[in-house]
Amino acid sequence: MIAITIQQGRLFDPANQLDVITDLHINHGRIIAIGEAPADFTASKVIDAKDMLVIPGLIDLSTRLGEPGLEHFTTIARETKAAVAGGITSLCAMPDTDPVNDTFAVTELIQRRARQAETAYVLPVGALTKGLKGEALSEMVAMHREGCVAFSQANQPVVNTQTLFNAFDYAATHKLLVMMRPIDAYLGKDGVAHRGAISSALGLPDIPSAAETLALARLLLLAEETGVRLHLSQISTARAVEMIHDAQARGLPVTADVAIHNLHLTEFDVADFASFMHVQPPLRSQRDRDALRAGVKAGVISAICSDHTPLMHDDKLLPFPESVPGISGLESLLPLLLALVREHILTLEQAIKAVTHQPASLLGINRGSLQVGAPADIAIVDLETDWLFNRRQLMSAGDNTPFHKWPFTGKVHTTLFQGRVVHQPKLA
Amino acid sequence: MFGYPGLSSPSLQLNEAGKLKHLLTLEGLKPHHIQDILDRADGFINTDTRQIHKQPLLKGKTIVNLFFEASTRTRTTFEIAEKSLGADVINLNVATSATKKGESLLDTIYNLEAMQADMFVVRHAKSGAAHFFAHHVAPHVHVLNAGDGRHAHPTQALLDAYTIRHFKGADFSQLRVAIVGDILHSRVARSQIQVLNLLETEEIRLVGPKTLLPHDASAMGAHCFTDIEAGLKDVDVVITLRMQNERMSSARLPSEQEYFETYGITEERLKLAMPDAIVMHPGPINRGVEIASTVADGPQSVILDQVTFGIAVRMSVMAGIMQT
Repeated sequence: MIAITIQQGRLFDPANQLDVITDLHINHGRIIAIGEAPADFTASKVIDAKDMLVIPGLIDLSTRLGEPGLEHFTTIARETKAAVAGGITSLCAMPDTDPVNDTFAVTELIQRRARQAETAYVLPVGALTKGLKGEALSEMVAMHREGCVAFSQANQPVVNTQTLFNAFDYAATHKLLVMMRPIDAYLGKDGVAHRGAISSALGLPDIPSAAETLALARLLLLAEETGVRLHLSQISTARAVEMIHDAQARGLPVTADVAIHNLHLTEFDVADFASFMHVQPPLRSQRDRDALRAGVKAGVISAICSDHTPLMHDDKLLPFPESVPGISGLESLLPLLLALVREHILTLEQAIKAVTHQPASLLGINRGSLQVGAPADIAIVDLETDWLFNRRQLMSAGDNTPFHKWPFTGKVHTTLFQGRVVHQPKLA
Repeated sequence: MFGYPGLSSPSLQLNEAGKLKHLLTLEGLKPHHIQDILDRADGFINTDTRQIHKQPLLKGKTIVNLFFEASTRTRTTFEIAEKSLGADVINLNVATSATKKGESLLDTIYNLEAMQADMFVVRHAKSGAAHFFAHHVAPHVHVLNAGDGRHAHPTQALLDAYTIRHFKGADFSQLRVAIVGDILHSRVARSQIQVLNLLETEEIRLVGPKTLLPHDASAMGAHCFTDIEAGLKDVDVVITLRMQNERMSSARLPSEQEYFETYGITEERLKLAMPDAIVMHPGPINRGVEIASTVADGPQSVILDQVTFGIAVRMSVMAGIMQT
């Protein structure tokens, strides 16, 4: 373990209301001091962070890392490298792997691969039901013991309401977090675009907003009835923001996240049939996007994720409706967040806390802050660099991004994971 | 009109000079593009005798009719048009199952290009497929959309416009047009609405039950009517659309009989339209489902004229595109 000093950066940590230009000292993988170094401390490495932003490593609530199932295409080692290139040091790995992460053996495999890679903290999310089929409960307690931080159905709804009720009841018994994406099992099932002006004009099979709000109402009512701790993943509609706000106002301990691309793009972006714009939930109306932004500002939505889905070429090399939905998003999450800050849509604090201490606290993990004693997961960000995002330069195996050639200002300079430098700028 | 930023970027189907190099959709075109096509079509047909004038403008060119979705009628009229222009014609009916993977779909295209194809006339079951092909063909190869999913069927809409112009005159600004039936799933209707808007048609009505109407008709430049009587009142043109059996199995309609009862074009309902209204249908017709036989075969029907005019219009489109 090397002792590191990050010198004269702007330390920005919403969890501790810290915004100060000073030094930060790291030893044995942890933050040991801010400001003055301890008397007995000698840094073996000094990182000059002058004019840079020093923030907690980002926490991404929804990612897909290829393992198990897609090893021929990508691996946890490769995707975690992509994560830290984007300043992300903790990632929730969705259970829709092959095989599904529905037993502790799969959880253990994911953990082992992540430990071998030693690049970022991978937090497995277990399947709520076996095979994500919505029929039998998975062994949540055993999987939790093995390291699953939460349980989810990924993109698969539970059709049988009694089963869903039981799953929530069981998770509540063991105080387990449940992360659910609100999707109706039938409404909009064959849809590929938001039900609106563009789907009407282009003749794309549509997904009404009610496909989300119907499912959301069902989830909220069952959470209230069972007392399960519910987190709502990747909401996309204005009405869902209202419904979650109302539930929170009544005291229900429900939280929500949004995918960063739903804060930037709208249905109009699919107008060229660009398959890179094909995502689930779909890009919705401008009104929805604005309501999602307002939901983040108001704290109704407490986390922003990449919903990283690396895909193979063939998956997108198809007419829009036949292409596989998803964006390779790890490396665009922070640049897109900083763009929202530059456009005065979010404050820096609102943006950073939605990817650091808020997701950490809803997961119940000791990460996402620059607290002395916390693991030294840190992103150092150069806020001034202008650059063009380029899908051919991504670390991820998936180059499926709609943000190719988008101009960004602000780039990750160095990322530390548990006190080690895991990403640094290439030598010129 | 749409006018959305980025919607079907015209650059994909227009060259630097603003001329059509592909025809994927009518969205984004200018009225002069439409007028050019319709005017040129006049040269390919004697509208009195319905005689097609063969002209070997595309002699030495190879056109591939690439149909990923079964079609007899459309493919045949394309073939007649292509042969009337002197082109060499290859018909390929590609089973969709054989091209499930993107690479092999593209491989089909690349292989045909290697065989010196100059133009693909493409029909595919998915919206946006023609755009997909246009993105991937070699620069000298042209793509003509012969119907993609629910998105567009531009040559059908152009031949409909030609038919209306023939019977109602070139000024569309006083015309009321009702499109009756399954608008939601219809690529024909989407393209018809676009061409009618480009020609400044006074009113475009979409008539049908809510289960078969688009969610946002105003974005398309049309108005919805669920009341068939109100929808047909005083219109100059009635366009009926084919009703697919699938709409029954997908629970959008209870039965063909009930559809005919509620929205079928009968002689009695046709009396609500202007006395000189014409009745059109893109074919093939389901008698007794969307239209009564007495109307389809009646004096106001121009359905068979559409078929003949379609040859001239498709000749015009292909001659125009291939000469850019």
